[in-house]
Amino acid sequence: MLYREAGDFKTSYVADSQTFPIKFDRVGYYVLLGFAFLVMPLIINDYWANSIVVPFLIYTIAALGLNILIGYCGQLSLGTGAFMAVGAYGSYKLMTAFPELNIVFVIIIAGFITAGVGVLFGLPSLRIKGFYLAVATLAAQFFLIWLFTRTAWFYNYSPTGMISAPQREVFGFAVTGPRASAVSMYMICLCFLVISAWLARNLTRGSLGRQWMAIRDMDIAAEIIGVNPLMAKLTAFAVSSFFIGISGALLFAVYLGAAEAGEAFGIDKSFLVLFMVIIGGLGSIFGAFAGAFFLIVGPVLLKLLLVNGLGWPTDLAAHLEIMIIGALILVFLILEPHGIAALWRTIKEKLRLWPFPY
Amino acid sequence: MPDTLLFAMEATLNGLTAGVMYALVALGFVLIFKASGIFNFAQGVMALFAALTLVGLQSGQIPFSHLINAAFGTRVHHFGWNMPTFLAIPATVLVMIGLAVLVERFILKHLVNQEPIILFMATIGLAYFLEGVGDIMWGAEVKALDVGLPKGMSDTVDTLTYNWFGYGFYIDRLELWAAGIAAILVASLTVFSQYTKQGRALRAVADDHQAALSVGISLRFIWVLTWSIAGIVALVAGIMWGSKSGVQFSLSLIALKALPVLILGGFTSIPGAIVGGLIIGVGEKLFDFFMSPIIGGATENWFAYMLALVFLLFRPQGLFGERIIERV
Repeated sequence: MLYREAGDFKTSYVADSQTFPIKFDRVGYYVLLGFAFLVMPLIINDYWANSIVVPFLIYTIAALGLNILIGYCGQLSLGTGAFMAVGAYGSYKLMTAFPELNIVFVIIIAGFITAGVGVLFGLPSLRIKGFYLAVATLAAQFFLIWLFTRTAWFYNYSPTGMISAPQREVFGFAVTGPRASAVSMYMICLCFLVISAWLARNLTRGSLGRQWMAIRDMDIAAEIIGVNPLMAKLTAFAVSSFFIGISGALLFAVYLGAAEAGEAFGIDKSFLVLFMVIIGGLGSIFGAFAGAFFLIVGPVLLKLLLVNGLGWPTDLAAHLEIMIIGALILVFLILEPHGIAALWRTIKEKLRLWPFPY
Repeated sequence: MPDTLLFAMEATLNGLTAGVMYALVALGFVLIFKASGIFNFAQGVMALFAALTLVGLQSGQIPFSHLINAAFGTRVHHFGWNMPTFLAIPATVLVMIGLAVLVERFILKHLVNQEPIILFMATIGLAYFLEGVGDIMWGAEVKALDVGLPKGMSDTVDTLTYNWFGYGFYIDRLELWAAGIAAILVASLTVFSQYTKQGRALRAVADDHQAALSVGISLRFIWVLTWSIAGIVALVAGIMWGSKSGVQFSLSLIALKALPVLILGGFTSIPGAIVGGLIIGVGEKLFDFFMSPIIGGATENWFAYMLALVFLLFRPQGLFGERIIERV
């Protein structure tokens, strides 16, 4: 009886078009936010932060970004790993060149740099689409990674070719570097994620988001009804790369601490984020969260079960993991092409009608 | 003759033979794309899987021995016999055909009428799945593959070029063989698709699925057929690459190299796959030869993709592809 629109009267247009029209959802959302901001920092420890929570938060930002490009605008990209690398190297160069600059601004500027690079590699999308575009973004992937590993300027001529994040503070708490605590790492990632999700949600339901979806559904028809494909596609690339750049910067500066382009941002990262978007659900903000959660927590659980539970060798567990992820992709595409988000929608629909079947 | 020119000529020749190898992988892509409109990302992993299976059968490994050992605490690893190559290759072909049947039954059948992009992602999933299965089945270590093909420097080419230019070119005999085998493969595929009943059915399906269905061609059989052929092409590519550099995971990355080849040649053209492969092979060798002193080595990693990117801007349908016409 709780999950109903009935009785929840909206008296303004703003209230009518809100994200969570059902009161139960709305309350649940605020409870979840409160839990994430107030309770989690008290109970989080190093193990949870490093193995699950922080990577989940960071990859969710990347999945949000890629979902805008693939799910909302219909442009397939396999260059996510390289764009994350742009964010990481951008933040590294900024951190070392301007030590006084606050890390929050560094990460945001790194996002803007990535947006610029994304637009550059998005330009071919005006002439090509589908698989062809996927190959064009592969060019970005391999070229950028090559550039970062070959050009010494990007890693400040360090002899190992690695970049490592110096210590930076927000309000006196170290968030990067070896002395960063689990709580501060968690908090900065959470803040970026909440703002990104809020931005993504409001962009995708506004006029820009509708233009993207029109391009996705049929680009020629969209052009005829007055959507400018140049603007729509390039803004999608820019916004998507902005989020991906932020997640790359966070991954490097906050989570990894030190990184090497080929190792940390290879093509397997591109596929990982792509899988998150597919499994979570194309064209859904909730899907980005669900997909990232699934693909971050799933392997950890599997490893716990096989290696710690059954005592199997780790390499075998890793192979099984690859196999299971592949099989899951297939199962999802066949049974539920719209991912976990669609399952969630079905559940909500059933809840609204409960106890009647329809 | 100046040395640079000679070296460049040698690089070109090496590029041509490397290009043949790329073309072999690209061929499998084109076959599946023509028949089912699916862009099969798993082609490279299929080559890896075929090569792994071949090595495993040759050396009499017990499939899934790691898994069995881990699950039941046993210590099995080999049957204790070696299968001769002439038996192992047909057996691997049978495995690839079985794989084609499974793919059709469990994946393609359920994805009829989906958008191409969904099918593409399904093949990415298939690639991951096959990679995991291959590793679990046969183990992940690098394996040497020997099917009796000659290897090492070709003395004939060496002496011949030495007599002509006073400088012997280094060409691997294996790559000459690969070129010959690729030529035979393309010729037989062309004969098959032009002059046999099944080949005609295949082309009909490629042209229009629904029309082909309505004249009584079994779509499912044709799909199994194409995936089997693609599996056999993958086996050939796997043998070639495996004999060259060992059977290992990097084999499946060659599939990615085949993508720019396809863009150059066009997705629907078999000669295009060959020509595209040769252009990419020669292009990256020459580019590396001239540019690596200036901008640093390992340009081979990205040159092919950049070439494809530039090419796409001017001729999106490829050299030999059909013109792309879009309607609302």
